[in-house]
Amino acid sequence: MKGDFQPIDFKLPKIKVSVVRAILIGIVAVILLIGSIYQVSPEEIGVILRFGKFVRTADPGLHFKLPLGIERLTKVPVQRQLKLEFGFRTARPGIRSEYRVTPEAAREAIMLTGDLNVVVVEWIVQYKIKDAYNFLFKLRNPEDTFRYMNEAVVRRIVGDNSVDEVITIGRARIANEAKEELQHLCDLYEIGIDVNQLIFQDVNPPDPVKPSFNDVNEAIQEKERKINEAWSEYNQEIPRAAGEAEQMIRAAEGYATERVNRAVGDAALFSSIYREYARAPLVTRKRLYIETLNDVLPKIKKKVIVDEKLKNILPLLNLGEEVKK
Amino acid sequence: MSATTKGLILTGIVLVGLLVLVDAVYVVSETNQVIITQFGEPIGGAVTSAGLHFKAPFIQKANYFEKRWLEWDGDPNQIPTRDKKYIWVDSYARWRISDPLVFFQRVRDERGAQSRLDDIIDGETRNAIANYDLNEVVRSSNREFELTEEIALIEIPEAIAKINIGRERIAQIILESASKITPQFGVELKDVRIKRINYVDEVQHKVFDRMIAERKRIASKYRSEGDGKSAEIRGQKEKELKRIQSEAYRKAQEIKGKADAEATRIYAQAYSLDPEFYQFMKTLETYRQSLDSETWLLLSSDSEFLKFLRTSEKK
Repeated sequence: MKGDFQPIDFKLPKIKVSVVRAILIGIVAVILLIGSIYQVSPEEIGVILRFGKFVRTADPGLHFKLPLGIERLTKVPVQRQLKLEFGFRTARPGIRSEYRVTPEAAREAIMLTGDLNVVVVEWIVQYKIKDAYNFLFKLRNPEDTFRYMNEAVVRRIVGDNSVDEVITIGRARIANEAKEELQHLCDLYEIGIDVNQLIFQDVNPPDPVKPSFNDVNEAIQEKERKINEAWSEYNQEIPRAAGEAEQMIRAAEGYATERVNRAVGDAALFSSIYREYARAPLVTRKRLYIETLNDVLPKIKKKVIVDEKLKNILPLLNLGEEVKK
Repeated sequence: MSATTKGLILTGIVLVGLLVLVDAVYVVSETNQVIITQFGEPIGGAVTSAGLHFKAPFIQKANYFEKRWLEWDGDPNQIPTRDKKYIWVDSYARWRISDPLVFFQRVRDERGAQSRLDDIIDGETRNAIANYDLNEVVRSSNREFELTEEIALIEIPEAIAKINIGRERIAQIILESASKITPQFGVELKDVRIKRINYVDEVQHKVFDRMIAERKRIASKYRSEGDGKSAEIRGQKEKELKRIQSEAYRKAQEIKGKADAEATRIYAQAYSLDPEFYQFMKTLETYRQSLDSETWLLLSSDSEFLKFLRTSEKK
C-alpha cells in the first residue's frame, strides 16, 4: 500500500555547517576542559600518574592535567592528622566521646609483660602521611600494615618491661620508646608515615586481677593512715608533756625561790632578835618566855594546876571522861 | 565503487586499526608489574617500569601482579614453648612478588601465595618458638626492671631469668629460615614480626592466680609495714615522753635540792650564832603552834611559870 506512505515534506532548518562544527568543537572543548582542571584542597596533595607512571605531585590550588584518562589524579591528605585506636574504638566522637571495646579491640590490648604477667594496654597513635609517593606505591594497605607495626612494637617494648613499670612508673617512657621504634620501623618500611604521637590511654591489669591491684593501693593507704595516726598521737602528747615538764620545772624554781627567801628572812629575823638578846640575854629570855605563855595559855581551856605536894589528886581526875566529851 | 562505500570501508579499516592499537597497548601502573603470555606461555621477563607499553595484539595477554610490599597476617597458633607453656602466637610478615614469572608459574596468584606463606611461616614459627623458653619469646633484652617501691618488697623469680636470644632474634630466626624457602615461588620475604603473644586460657588462669598472690603479698607487706612503722612511732613517743618527764623531774629536784642546800646553809649560818637560843626560840614557836583550846595542860605549881603563885619572893 504504497499510497499510505506520503513522503513527509520535512525541511531541515537551514543551519550552516560551520555553526554545527563550532558547537561540536565547543562541547568537546568543554569536556576536555572539565577533564583537565582539578583542585587540591589545602590539607591534601595531588599525585599525578600518566599512563600509570608517577610524574608529579600537585600542591593545594587549581591545576591542569591531561584529560581522557591519560593523566590520573589521586589525592592524599598529607596535612590531616590521622589517628588509630588500639584496645577500644570511639563509637561516637563528640565533646563526651563514647567508647566501646569490641572483641577484636580487646585482643589488641591484652599483652604479656617482661615478668610474664598480663596487662591490658589501650593506646592511640597520631600520624600524618609524610610522603604520598611512598604511602601509595611502596606498600599495599599501608593502614593495615601500620596497625600490625603498632601492635608488634608496643608488645615488644611492653615485653621488656615489668608489669609495674607498664602500669605505673614506666608508662611515659614506654610510650615514648614505642613511638621512636615505630617511627624507625616506618622509615625502614618506607611506608611514608610520620608518627606524631603515641599515647598510652588506660593501662590496667586484667579484670580478674584488678581487685588485688586495688587492694595493694588500699594497703598503701592503710599504711599511710596508720603512720599518720601514730604521728598525730605523737604530736598531741609530746608537746603537752613538754609543757607539763616546763610547768614542773617552773614550780621547782618557785619552790626554790620561796625556800631561799624564807631562809634569808628567817635568818634575818633570828639575827636581829639575837643581836638584841645578846645585849641582855636573861631579861629577853624571860620576856620571850612569858610573852609566849601569855599568848598560849588563854587559848587552852583545860588548865589544871597541881601542887607538887598534893600527889593524890591525879588519880581522881577523870581524864577519860573529859576527853570523850 | 561509490564514494559512500569507499567511506564505509575506510571507516572499517580505521576502526579495526584502532582496536588493534588498543589491544597492543597496555598500561603498567606504579603499583603493578606485568608478565606477557602468548597462548598461556610466558614471553620475556617481567615488565616493572610504569607507563605505556606495547605487545602483540590479541595473541599476547598482559598478566598483572602487585609490585608493592604486601602484608601477610597469620592466624594465631597455639604453640608450647620449651618450658611447656602454651601460648598463642600471632605474627605478621611483609612480602613481595620478587620474581613474577616464577610466581606466576608456581602459585598463579596471591591467594596461592598466601596459603603457601601460611604453611611456611606457621611452621617456622612453631619450630622457633618451641626451641625457646617463654621469657626468651617475650623479652628482647636483659634490661633490669626499674623497681617500684612495691615490687622491691618482694622477689619475682621471672624478673631475674637471663635472656640469651630474645624476641627480636627469634623473629629473625623465623624470617631467615622462611625466607630460604619463599624464593622457590618468586616471593621475597622482608620481615616477620611477632605481633601478639598470649597465654592459652588454662595457663592464663594460673597466671592470674599468680598475679593475685603476688599482689596479696605486696598488700600484706604494706599492712605489716604500716603496723610496724606506727608501733615504732609510738615507741619513739613513749621514749620521748619518759625522757621529757624524767628530765623535768631531774631538773626540778636539782633546783629544789640546790635551794634546800642554800636555805640550810643560810639557816645554819644564822643559827650557829647561838644554837641554844635558837632552840629556845624555836621551842617557844612550837608552843604557840601546837597548844590550842583542845589541849589539857597540867601544870605543876613547881614550874617556873607558877612559882610566883606560891611566893613572890625573889629567890
